[in-house]
Amino acid sequence: MTALAPAASPARTPLGSSIARTLRLGVLRAGYEIRVYFRQADAIFFTFLFPVLLFGIFSVAFSGQGNIGTAPDGSGGISQGAYYLPGMAAAGILLSGVQNLGVDIANERSDGTLKRLAGTPLPVVSYFLGKMGQVLVTGILQLALLIVIARVAFGVELPTDPAKWLTFAWVFLLGIGTSAVLGIAISRLPRRGKSATAVIIPIVLVLQFISGVYLSFTMLPVWLQDVANVFPLAWLAKGMRSVFLPESFASAEAGGAWQLGTVAVVLLLWLVVGIVVSRFTFRWIRKDS
Amino acid sequence: MNNIALPDAVVSVRDLAKRYGAFEALRGVSFDIHRGETFALLGPNGAGKSTTIEILEGYRDRSSGAASVLGTDPQSGGLEWKSRLGIVLQSTGEQGDVTVRDQLAHFASLYPNPRGVDETIAAVGLADKARTRIRALSGGQRRRVDVALGIIGRPELLFLDEPTTGFDPEARQQFWSLVHQLKAEGTTILLTTHYLDEAAQLSDRAAVIAGGELVAIGAIDEIGGAEARVPLVRWTEGGTRHTERTRTPAGTVASLSARLGAEPTDLEIYRPSLEDIYLDLVRENAEAAAAEIDADGPTSPTTRPSATDPITEGASA
Repeated sequence: MTALAPAASPARTPLGSSIARTLRLGVLRAGYEIRVYFRQADAIFFTFLFPVLLFGIFSVAFSGQGNIGTAPDGSGGISQGAYYLPGMAAAGILLSGVQNLGVDIANERSDGTLKRLAGTPLPVVSYFLGKMGQVLVTGILQLALLIVIARVAFGVELPTDPAKWLTFAWVFLLGIGTSAVLGIAISRLPRRGKSATAVIIPIVLVLQFISGVYLSFTMLPVWLQDVANVFPLAWLAKGMRSVFLPESFASAEAGGAWQLGTVAVVLLLWLVVGIVVSRFTFRWIRKDS
Repeated sequence: MNNIALPDAVVSVRDLAKRYGAFEALRGVSFDIHRGETFALLGPNGAGKSTTIEILEGYRDRSSGAASVLGTDPQSGGLEWKSRLGIVLQSTGEQGDVTVRDQLAHFASLYPNPRGVDETIAAVGLADKARTRIRALSGGQRRRVDVALGIIGRPELLFLDEPTTGFDPEARQQFWSLVHQLKAEGTTILLTTHYLDEAAQLSDRAAVIAGGELVAIGAIDEIGGAEARVPLVRWTEGGTRHTERTRTPAGTVASLSARLGAEPTDLEIYRPSLEDIYLDLVRENAEAAAAEIDADGPTSPTTRPSATDPITEGASA
């Protein structure tokens, strides 16, 4: 051990402007969180690579069934890969936010990470911003990887109309933001870090099955569609289908159209719900009663 | 409860109580810690040390009584208040996927006037591990990271909750010299430890908590009272061991030697250590509690469900 430099001055340094400080620390936290994320093999596999892997499996497994949406003479239509791409994009957004953060924060509460942070002058909002920044960056990388693999390995035709990509941008941003805040909110559910995956993964999995990610949404019974439509994933998947599927597929949707206005409204509502619930229920530690 | 603090008291506690259901973890604990002082909180497992320290850190709410830490009620301490504290918790199980240096640099960025990162890493003796991931460190090395994180923000008040658990003897010596440097800088320190030699070495004053109550408090060389420190003369005579408590051990030995007309067998003059005094205090308290339970019958509400401190997760039950 070496000697410590003597204290510069006994006078206290104030923390400074709270909003600027909160944002600055939020950016620092995001950098820290991203570094930690990519050092955790399980996070990379179950939330980062999982949708890409499933996409590959579905595309290969169902390729023998031929194209979807073909003309009566069997020509045209789109490949199985092209058909699954929007669903996997939506699933990736859900996993990056809800599953990743729900499990991650429950573990951090359990292993003492949050207790340590609670003893520092880190604002709760900076911590949230760090998590959201991590979800945004990993979500972008994940979708980029998925789209590149779809194009290069499976020859999926990507939209060329800039308007489609504009839709993609806002559906992605709204979806990833909603998914992140809902992940923070849901992290309160597991009582212990050990049970976090057991509590959160089934919720996420069921939501994916009823929301048109793995199964075509319109093949579900109407009452199940109605249940799924309460949650944001079905709308996120629909928004992604509007980007990646040909315009002719709109007629096969519930309601016979892409309904992008409703997509935006439902995602926004859930974003607000997520922010309010996170902000008011989040505690660094479970204080005793 | 706003005006309980003495002018130079960094920590003031009055009549502090904490109940978990019917179990009283703390009863009527009062003490002050003065600016620049190192104060040791001693006691067996489950005595209430960690409950007390966690109430002062703001991690737990008290059931009754008053507490002031740096002039603020710890139940409502904000970020400004936290920036003046350094907290070394009992060991945690974090993942540790970052390097020692990255972790220290990140925590330094949370404080308004932090210490130098490399200087702090060197101060806890981890300079050659700076680029190692925390998960790859040994238990004692991880504990040093905890200490480094506790002091990186240049705290006015430092909480050290069993800081040297898992340290080898050399690391403990190094840690002690670090604490002496922090004291020299004027840092006020609240220490809990099971090593009585550590408490004697580092602290100015100490308090002993047993069964949720403060059973003794005082300067480290006065705690337990003068009577407990009276030296003992021991020798063997005719096959049996004799012990005599005396304020004049030299005289006792001289007269013993004269009486025997020879060198007394196995002679020793023994001055009770802090550890002896502490063990006496804790034993007396346990005997008193046992007598109380006998008097009250086995359903006494003070009967404790477990012998360990309530841990964080368990405390939510």
